Amino acid sequence: MTVDQVGSPAELAGLLDRHGYLCDEGLATACFLALRMGRPLFLEGEAGVGKTELAKTLARGLGAPLIRLQCYEGLDASQALYDWDFPRQLLHLRAAEAAGVSDVSRLEGELYDRRFLLARPLLQALETSPSVLLVDELDRADDEFEAFLLEVLSDFTITVPELGTIRAERPPVVVVTSNRTREVHDALKRRCLYHWLEHPSFDREVAIIRRRLPDAAERLAGQVARAAQRMRETDLLKPPGVAESLDWTEALVALGVRDLDPGTAAVTLGAVLKYREDQQRVLGGGGAAGLEALLDGG
Amino acid sequence: MDRDVTETMVGFARTVRAAGGAADPERVQAMLAALDHLDVLDPRDVYWAGRLTLCADPDDLARYDRCFAAYFTGATARARRGTPPVVVRRVPVAEPGGRGGGQEQQGLEAATASDVEVLRDRDVARLGAAERAEVARLIALLDAGAERRRSRRFAPTPTGRLDPARTVRETLRRGGETSLLRHRSHRTRPRRVVLIVDVSGSMSPYADALLRFAHAAARSGGRDVEVFSAGTRLTRLTRELRHRDPDAAMAAASAAIPDWSGGTRLGEELKEFLDRFGQRGLARGAVVVIASDGWERGDAGLLGAQMARLHRLAHRVVWANPHKARPGYEPLTAGMAAALPHVDDFTSGHSLAALEELARLVAGAGEGRAHA
Repeated sequence: MTVDQVGSPAELAGLLDRHGYLCDEGLATACFLALRMGRPLFLEGEAGVGKTELAKTLARGLGAPLIRLQCYEGLDASQALYDWDFPRQLLHLRAAEAAGVSDVSRLEGELYDRRFLLARPLLQALETSPSVLLVDELDRADDEFEAFLLEVLSDFTITVPELGTIRAERPPVVVVTSNRTREVHDALKRRCLYHWLEHPSFDREVAIIRRRLPDAAERLAGQVARAAQRMRETDLLKPPGVAESLDWTEALVALGVRDLDPGTAAVTLGAVLKYREDQQRVLGGGGAAGLEALLDGG
Repeated sequence: MDRDVTETMVGFARTVRAAGGAADPERVQAMLAALDHLDVLDPRDVYWAGRLTLCADPDDLARYDRCFAAYFTGATARARRGTPPVVVRRVPVAEPGGRGGGQEQQGLEAATASDVEVLRDRDVARLGAAERAEVARLIALLDAGAERRRSRRFAPTPTGRLDPARTVRETLRRGGETSLLRHRSHRTRPRRVVLIVDVSGSMSPYADALLRFAHAAARSGGRDVEVFSAGTRLTRLTRELRHRDPDAAMAAASAAIPDWSGGTRLGEELKEFLDRFGQRGLARGAVVVIASDGWERGDAGLLGAQMARLHRLAHRVVWANPHKARPGYEPLTAGMAAALPHVDDFTSGHSLAALEELARLVAGAGEGRAHA
């Protein structure tokens, strides 16, 4: 299905569903509008709620390649946009010298040919049409980069001084994610549609686990989802996201577990809780006693 | 789109803006454009069209929901508009020796160079209105930039590591002759500064000066400064303090703080800060300043545990306690005693001179004097 064929948020939700991503009405509307309005989708939410996964599924559903730009502090234009392939340029120059080329101006022109240009994610995304561009964890980049990104995302053109302006045939579908470690500039957010992703409800989480891990029994998926929901209500340093529920289920399936009991939960707890303090809190003073309360009622 | 619909939606956007939302004209345009693609008659679609375009922060969402309910269902959900406490405003200072009489004028004339020296060491809690205004003016001039750290970005330098890209570019320019090597080094940039200002009752004589200090820091450190107020609730003030004008920033901040002069539950607030912001990265490698007297009403054990957690995340933790300057002060309150082992610098911050010292500590001078 292409971008134009998606007629409504419900249709888009159906498309994502077929590719293994269950989204609610809000997220479906957000994605739908991002496609229709050609605006980037700015996604925030707790770690592990499925921000990155959404971009991946969107790419799969639209049959477009996913181009990912992982942000980090110090990321600059030559790592995000393009760079000249200097070694190859030099090689070309030496080869021309050896061959005794006399037309200097033509040689100079050749040096800045498109084949010596290394396309980094942003340029790749503009040149590949259609494509899904994931700008992951934008809050990790510094504000210089943010200002630069704003420029690219406003008109979807990139100017290479030696080559001219490269324009996207059709703008890529852009998903920007942030973990809110830093306030992203308002000017950039204004360009985007903003959506805050919540942890899924119990039923949806069970459905997500069943969808992603068909080998997991219904009962097991329910037990994992219930335990995860309860852990989110408990006071933990890092409450589990959907990603952790999936990891945990996968671990249990790999161990051949069909029914989650406190003993099994205790030995696999590391798949879902990544802080020693959190594990201790869930286990409580009496070893598996805390887990029993967590799993009870399944 | 129907004219009535546009009017209705613009009216709704105005409601959101009046409640403090980010509904600027560009966002309103986006909302109308979004509705073009959705069903205007479906309340859910209208809700999402507005929410996806008019909100920019998770904190905006609850407010948006309230406005939506109020505007479209007629529910009365008046935004809580309590009277913010009086924040000292700057009185226009007359030129020293200028003409004009009046007692106020007399008082202000005193604020000349030599008196600034006297003012520097005065406890801000014991100042008159005119002196207070003068101190506020001087705080605004403080340079409270943070100490620097190495950045991942490079800048060209005469010596240092070889810069392959620029060297080759230079070589190409010379037709392939490697004649000049270019170098680059890591740039430095200020560390992030996080200020948590206690605005509870026992801190109220100092809260204004400390928030003004936070504003001066925000101005010196730009986007790498985050400010929170703590009391009974944690409030992020970063956006409010971005106003250039100190008085406008203070007015915005005081309107945003819901719990002026209430009690203190510092342990819980600190936990909330770490859960929501700190652990994700806001406190990582940052210089964190906590301005509080440590009169903890809640569980001091919780405060200690959270301070330990903060200390593991932050580069340095500075605690400013205005009461420290009092003669014979001993950090005996349960909160202070629990926090101190996890503090790198312990200072007072009760006067202009003390705030200057705090600025020096933020800038990285005089490390690790907590227990001196």
